[in-house]
Amino acid sequence: MYKYDEYDQQMVDVRVEEFRDQVRRRLSGELTEDQFKPLRLQNGLYLQLHAYMLRVAVPYGTLSSVQMRLLGDIADKYDRGYGHFTTRQNIQYNWIKLEDTPDILAELAKVEMHAIQTSGNCIRNISSDQFAGAAADEIIDPRPYAELLRQWSSFHPEFLVLPRKFKICVIASDTDRAAMRLHDIGIKMVKNDAGEIGAQFYAGGGMGRTPMIAPMIREFVPLDQLITFSEACLRVYNRYGRRDNKYKARIKILVHELGRDEYVRQVEEEFAHLLTQPIEPPLAELERIKAHFADPAFEAGLSEELDLSDPDFRLWVGRNTQAHKQAGYVVATISLKPVGGIPGDATADQIRLMADLGRDYSFDELRVTHAQNIVLPHVRKADLYTVWKALDDAGLATANLDTVGDIIACPGLDYCSLANARSIPVAQKISERFGSAERQAQIGELKLKISGCINACGHHHAGHIGILGVDKKGLENYQLLFGGSEGADTSLAKIIGPGFTEDGVVDAVEKATEVYLANKQGEERFLDTYRRIGMDPFKEAIYG
Amino acid sequence: MKILTGNDLKTGAVTWWTGVGWSLDVNESADVGEHGAAIIAREEGVQNVFAAYVVDAAKTDEGVRPGHIKERIRAFGPTVRLDLTVKPSEASDLNWVI
Repeated sequence: MYKYDEYDQQMVDVRVEEFRDQVRRRLSGELTEDQFKPLRLQNGLYLQLHAYMLRVAVPYGTLSSVQMRLLGDIADKYDRGYGHFTTRQNIQYNWIKLEDTPDILAELAKVEMHAIQTSGNCIRNISSDQFAGAAADEIIDPRPYAELLRQWSSFHPEFLVLPRKFKICVIASDTDRAAMRLHDIGIKMVKNDAGEIGAQFYAGGGMGRTPMIAPMIREFVPLDQLITFSEACLRVYNRYGRRDNKYKARIKILVHELGRDEYVRQVEEEFAHLLTQPIEPPLAELERIKAHFADPAFEAGLSEELDLSDPDFRLWVGRNTQAHKQAGYVVATISLKPVGGIPGDATADQIRLMADLGRDYSFDELRVTHAQNIVLPHVRKADLYTVWKALDDAGLATANLDTVGDIIACPGLDYCSLANARSIPVAQKISERFGSAERQAQIGELKLKISGCINACGHHHAGHIGILGVDKKGLENYQLLFGGSEGADTSLAKIIGPGFTEDGVVDAVEKATEVYLANKQGEERFLDTYRRIGMDPFKEAIYG
Repeated sequence: MKILTGNDLKTGAVTWWTGVGWSLDVNESADVGEHGAAIIAREEGVQNVFAAYVVDAAKTDEGVRPGHIKERIRAFGPTVRLDLTVKPSEASDLNWVI
């Protein structure tokens, strides 16, 4: 994985000391909160419902074991013994003290981490496929390109005050595991007819209060023009994106209002202009970065055999592991969704255990997924049972990946100052209602996503079943949506009808699964059946 | 009644105006009537508390209870981690936060 060079390290170290001085001035009264707020937000420090919250960036979701271990140590030393992994592949701490923040950032800097650009109207953490570099179906590892974009977008002077926040995703397989088309810019690494690698660009996607699927804006951008084309996309947005209304300020609104073709015309015009300027880094820099992402020393000729005589292990292997590009290895996903648990939360001890397993059994690498789980990307099949046993002992071996129990949920009204309703208790009740492995197996793949407000941090628009919490005259109310997908078949979920109470929405989800099971044909997933039979049978069953 | 809430500058902890200072216990809240804005202006100048605002609340047999669920969760803590909440002395009902 990428290692900081002296410039990277200096940027982060200088920023820590700058923030240390800003915190000192705030605590001494030299700075008012109005003056300090934009400074703390630039360093990932929010004020949430109960305390300060620190959001730490995990670039494209990739972590070393040392980094992961530190995340656990920070949870113990500075927070209340746990952290929350987010849908942006980051981690958040909910109980941070302002006076501790410079020390936390200094500790993070020592392991090449930071909280820069995890807030504000700038280019946020670049996300990617959590199976990058391991997946059997990718054409190339997308992370070197994500890293190049990270370097380009970090402290980019022109794009630090955009009309609104900006999210970029890079993938390299047809199986979209990162909700690529629901980003401000989605990039899919592709191969053209000549066999050359390039980037396919999508722009104007997003969730929030106005969900949109990004249209493709360019089929193929050569690698030696990747940054220049990105710059052109951002320049047009920065120039014409609305600044008078924050609810209409995202690029999706600009692309929608201009129309895809006009936005493309302007980008191409800007691109042509920029090609006359020497802004593209030399390909040698990309090669330098790529060297950091070389495959680990996989062993050749390993056995593909697995002893599946332990039924619990067999269940977990079937549900939580995926094919690896290297024979004899698998990709293993650690579910942070125990039955009745809080989606995405992990204790300090659990975080450190996962770090140790990454070090000992996955070539020192871990990944955070946008579905709030953790991945060990390169596990030898011969080691898999040992890994599973260790996870099981720590309460981390729930076999529910992509099932109704693997719920994405934002922190909701239990933690978030923007939320209108609680998300976590709904997730817990659904997870308990469908807790048995047999029931989850019967229902199969069902992606359920819950947001506590219209900002959609819980990705409810992209859920096969989505739940949106709203405030109805001071009471929590939950709208139910069907038919969303964040995969290669990206679609936006639609509201099915009037909202429900907390218990009512759990009952409605159960009824929906009954309609699915009664109508399912062959190997159809819930989403496939819904798409085939439409909403009416579900509405009839739920509303009578 | 109207009560005042804000966050402690150093820790970010939720605090409540008692009439003479700030407390972590919502039950010690004073009714500020129509004086909330003036108290906020004065107290934020002192710099120990920030992001202060006025909240509607009621005095009940159990103590002072903010009217809106968001403020009740702020007052007592996350409903999904009762081990991290500000507990009453007699917490017999697990759903006491709400």
